[in-house]
Amino acid sequence: MAPTFKGLKLIRLSYLVSILVLLYLPIAVLVINSFNASKYGIHWAGFTWKWYIKLFANESMMQAAGHSLLIAVTSASIATIIGTLAAVALHRYQFKGKAILSSMVFISMLTPEIVLAIALLIIFILVGIQLGFWSLLLGHITFCLPFVIVAVYSRLKGFDMKMLEAARDLGATEGKVFMKIILPLALPAVAAGWLLSFTLSLDDVIVSAFVTGPGYEILPLKVYSMVRVGVSPEVNSISTVLLMVSLVMVIISQLLLREEK
Amino acid sequence: MKHFSQFRFWAIGLASVWLTLFVFMPNLLVVITSFLTRDVMATASLPINSDSYLRTLDPLYLQVLWDSLCMSLETMLVCLIIGYPFAMCIAQLPKKWQPIILFLVILPFWTNSLVRTYALQFLLGNQGVINNILVGLNIVAEPLQLLYTKFAVIVGLSYICMPFMVLPLYSAIEKLDVRLYQAAQDLGAGAWSRFLHITIPLTSPGIIAGCLMVLLPAMGMFYISDLLGGAKNLLLGNVIKTQFLLARDWPFGSALSVMLIVLLGFMLWLYYKAANFVNKQGGINGSDF
Repeated sequence: MAPTFKGLKLIRLSYLVSILVLLYLPIAVLVINSFNASKYGIHWAGFTWKWYIKLFANESMMQAAGHSLLIAVTSASIATIIGTLAAVALHRYQFKGKAILSSMVFISMLTPEIVLAIALLIIFILVGIQLGFWSLLLGHITFCLPFVIVAVYSRLKGFDMKMLEAARDLGATEGKVFMKIILPLALPAVAAGWLLSFTLSLDDVIVSAFVTGPGYEILPLKVYSMVRVGVSPEVNSISTVLLMVSLVMVIISQLLLREEK
Repeated sequence: MKHFSQFRFWAIGLASVWLTLFVFMPNLLVVITSFLTRDVMATASLPINSDSYLRTLDPLYLQVLWDSLCMSLETMLVCLIIGYPFAMCIAQLPKKWQPIILFLVILPFWTNSLVRTYALQFLLGNQGVINNILVGLNIVAEPLQLLYTKFAVIVGLSYICMPFMVLPLYSAIEKLDVRLYQAAQDLGAGAWSRFLHITIPLTSPGIIAGCLMVLLPAMGMFYISDLLGGAKNLLLGNVIKTQFLLARDWPFGSALSVMLIVLLGFMLWLYYKAANFVNKQGGINGSDF
């Protein structure tokens, strides 16, 4: 039986590897092409930085990037603050409506983004929030929030609760317990939540496409309008930059989340 | 006590208010809008009616909706057929390798999916990698038209949605009890029979969760059909987007979204059914062993 077993193992391994290669192949081809001197097609015509130089000289692109960074940093920070507090509340307190709050978190994670997008558009129009910076910010905080709550909550679950009770018995207020004990211990998860929110915000197309307004262009939507026309070297370079930013952010966040185990 | 109530108040209050204002209320408004009448001036107005739902039965729309549903269902099946053995392979790796492979599967999920869809054009285009190889090896004389077809949309959706399928499948498969297989083998069950009667039923919650997490997003990702499908191969997301941003028919667009929410509800119900079933089975087996 030994040889067949070995053969099976080999098949399994090659299946694993080939799926992983397929997952990363398009990304690799894109990144390589962003350094391709040839403007058309994918035939290699030598290495060049010129598309990146062009990219950073493109003012409207840089402006959109600035807008995106502002939205991503602000929405990630607000979502992290609200989400961390919510995770602590869900973990530590018993209160009326706790089941409703946790099911709202759960439902908002599962709801297809397009449903959230039109729901937000309707409420923004109804309340009279102008489409642009504010609508984008509120929308991005909303879809980041559940991810932060889940990340921090699963870190809190591994906590030793006795320590918190001891602190309470010694007279520390809830606020103090949070600042002095919970926050420092949960910090890796809080930071990971921020990084993931930042990436989600920077990459979002669906919600942004609905709640954006004229006069406030953000990077993913600019890229979207460019890629609909077809392959171009400038899109290759901005896409590579976006990919690399998310990859770095996510790798750091996963390392932070792993520390806890 | 004052501080106690203050911190608690903010911790519970902020998220509750936020989710009520920006998740619960808006979704309620979508349902309400779907029963209103189209109004060019004010986007939607009274009287209340169910015209928007009846319009989905209009042959013109019915065809588009049916086609888009088929593409999403086919994507779900592709992900399941490729993802299930993949998840099994991961679960059979040595323990220390599993998190690394899982991380490699999740990593693309966190990167820009628009950019990754765009990257597929390099592979599928007439001058793309696949056609270059096929022509180079003389398998085909002329480049195949891969891009801007239904095939390309399904490839794109499967590519983007694969992690959503693999993760729930992996966590279901990983929980399987090896002793069940040994017992089945001792009783004379073959490999195929064991797979059919043990693996599939016990991982059914994972299968349903994976299908849910692929099918629903796959119906909404309008940019994938935009970039890979051309004008003909529309997803439900494209129809909703057109109704909201171009045709200005909010009630109809909302009615289509409500259908998505109903589908989500149905699949969640299925999931709980399956999870209950497995728990009960587990209980019986647990007492037997």
